[in-house]
Amino acid sequence: MIRKSISKQAPTGLPSPVGAWIDRYRHDGGLRQYVVYLAFALILATFSIILHDDGFLSSSNLLNIGRQAAPIAVMAVGMAFALAAGEIDLSVGSVVALSSLVAAELVGNYGFLAGALAALGASALVGIVNGLISVKVRIPSFLVTLGMLGIISGIARNWNDLQSLPIRNDRFSGIFGAGGLGPVSSLLIWIVIVGALGHFALNHLRWGRHVLSTGADRDAANAVGINTARVKISALVASATAAGFAGILLAGRLSIGRHDLGEDYLLTVIAAVVIGGTNLFGGRASILGAVTGALIMAMLNNGLILMGLEVADQLIARGVIIILAVALSMREAKEL
Amino acid sequence: MSTAPALVASGISKSFRAVQALDDVSIELHHGRVTALLGDNGAGKSTLVKCISGLYQPDAGRIFVQGSEHRIGSSRHARELGIETVHQTLSVIDPLDVAENLFLNREHTRGGWLGARIGLLDKRRMRNECADTLARLDIRIPSLRRSAGSLSGGQRQAVAIGRAVSWGQQIVLLDEPAAALGVEQTQRVLDLIVNLRDQGVAVLLITHNMDRVLAVCDQAVVLYQGRKCAEVDVADVTKDDLVSYITGARSAG
Repeated sequence: MIRKSISKQAPTGLPSPVGAWIDRYRHDGGLRQYVVYLAFALILATFSIILHDDGFLSSSNLLNIGRQAAPIAVMAVGMAFALAAGEIDLSVGSVVALSSLVAAELVGNYGFLAGALAALGASALVGIVNGLISVKVRIPSFLVTLGMLGIISGIARNWNDLQSLPIRNDRFSGIFGAGGLGPVSSLLIWIVIVGALGHFALNHLRWGRHVLSTGADRDAANAVGINTARVKISALVASATAAGFAGILLAGRLSIGRHDLGEDYLLTVIAAVVIGGTNLFGGRASILGAVTGALIMAMLNNGLILMGLEVADQLIARGVIIILAVALSMREAKEL
Repeated sequence: MSTAPALVASGISKSFRAVQALDDVSIELHHGRVTALLGDNGAGKSTLVKCISGLYQPDAGRIFVQGSEHRIGSSRHARELGIETVHQTLSVIDPLDVAENLFLNREHTRGGWLGARIGLLDKRRMRNECADTLARLDIRIPSLRRSAGSLSGGQRQAVAIGRAVSWGQQIVLLDEPAAALGVEQTQRVLDLIVNLRDQGVAVLLITHNMDRVLAVCDQAVVLYQGRKCAEVDVADVTKDDLVSYITGARSAG
C-alpha cells in the first residue's frame, strides 16, 4: 500500500490532526475522560498544602507512594482488561499471595528467573481455569473468581502453615522491588513498563481491540467472527498474570513469600481502574487512567495515614471513594 | 454482469422443536440485482438469512455460492465465501473508531511476520483504505477517528454496510437496515443500496416498507408462515399485490 498524505486520510473530515483531535474530544465524552488526571492533580495539590509540615512532598515520601502504588498499578492494568472484556476478577488478591509463595519456594534452588517465571505461570494457570469455567460452564466470572479467591487463599494458607517463606536472592529482590537504577526504584520502572505494555496492547494490538469489542457488544463481536469465548478467557489470564507479577514485586520488596500478601488489594484495585475511566461493565478501558487511579489510591492511603487517621477510618474513607467512583461510572454508562 | 446467480439456496427447511420456521424455501440472488425478502413477523425471513449467513444450520436444503455447493458452517465461513450480513441490531462497536469498525476482525497488521503474529495494527493503512471505501460508496462520516458511538444512527448503519462491502464481498444480506432511521438517513441508505447494485453486488434486502421495495428492488420473494408464497419481478406488481402476498391472501410465482 502506497503511503498517502494526511489530507487524503480524511477527505470528509477536518483536515489537520489538531482539528481531528478537537473533533474527537467534543464527541467522545469531552472532559470526562480526563477527570482522573484532574483528580490526581487536585488531590496532590490538596495534600501538598495540608500536609506540608508532615513532609508529604518530601522525595522520600513521594518515592514511598510510588512503591506502594506499584503492585496496585500492575494489578489495575490487568483488571482493566478483565473489565474491558465484560468480566471481573475477584481472585487477584489471592493470586498475589500464591505467586509470592511459588517464587519464594523456587528462587532459592532454581534462581531468580525460574522462580519469577514459575510464579507467573502458576498465576496464568489460575486465570485459564477462571476463564474456562466462566466461559464454558457459563457461570458469571464474579462467581467463579469469588470461589477461586477462597480456593487459592486456602492453598496459600496451607502452603507453609501461615509462615513466611524467606527469599535470599539479592538478584530477585534487586530486580523486583528493593533495588533500582540510581535513585529510581525498580518498582517505579516496573509501573512504567507494565503501564506502557498494557496501553500498547489495548490500543495497538488486534487483541486489545477484540477485548474491547467483546465487552462492548458480545453479539456484534461474534457476528464478525471474533472468538469472544477465547477473548474473555485471555482477558482473565491477563488479569491473573498481572496479579502474579504484583506478587513478585511484593515478594521482591519484602524478600518473603506469604499467604496474606495482596489480601486487601481487591477493592483498591477495582477503585483505581474505575476511577481511571474503565467501565465496570465492559466496553471502555483506559490503561493510563488505571495507572493514574492506582497512584491516586496510594496517595490517598499515604495522605490519610499522615493525617493521622486510624485504620478503621481509612477503610471508611476508601469505601466512600469507591462507591463515588462506581456511581460516576454507572452514570456515564447510562449516558452513552 | 454475469448470468449465473451469485447465490442459490434451494429447498431450505429449518425447525425449532415443534415450530417449522422454514419449509422448503428456495431463493436466488443475482449480481447487480436487489432482491427483497418480504413477510410478516415470524414468517421466517430472519431464519432464512441466518441459514445463508452461517449462524443457523438448515435441517434440509442446499446452498450454492457462485455455482458451487457449500455447507456454510459459521459466519466466518460465509464471509470467506463472499457473503456479508448486516443485522438489524448487530452492527457496529461503539468504543471503536470508524476505521477500526470497518476492519474489525480483518485488521491489517504491520511489522512483517512478527507484527502479524502479535497483531500489531496498521492503523494508517486501515484509515486510508477506509476513506477510499467510504468515498467509493459516497458515505460521508465527519472523521474516521471518531468512535462509532458518537455517530448518528444513519452513519452507524452506513459504516456497517460499508464494512459489508469493504472487502469486495459480492453478496450482501441486509436485515432491516433502515429500521431505526429518519427520513433523510433512510434515503442515504437506499442510495447506498442502489450504489452497491450498480457495482455488481447481489443484495438481499429484508424490509417491511413496501415503498422501499418498489424504490430499489428488482425482484421480491415473499414468505408466509415459513413457506415461499410468491416470487415476482417488482416491475410487474403493485404495492397492494405485495401486501396481499404478505398477509397470505394471495400467492404467486
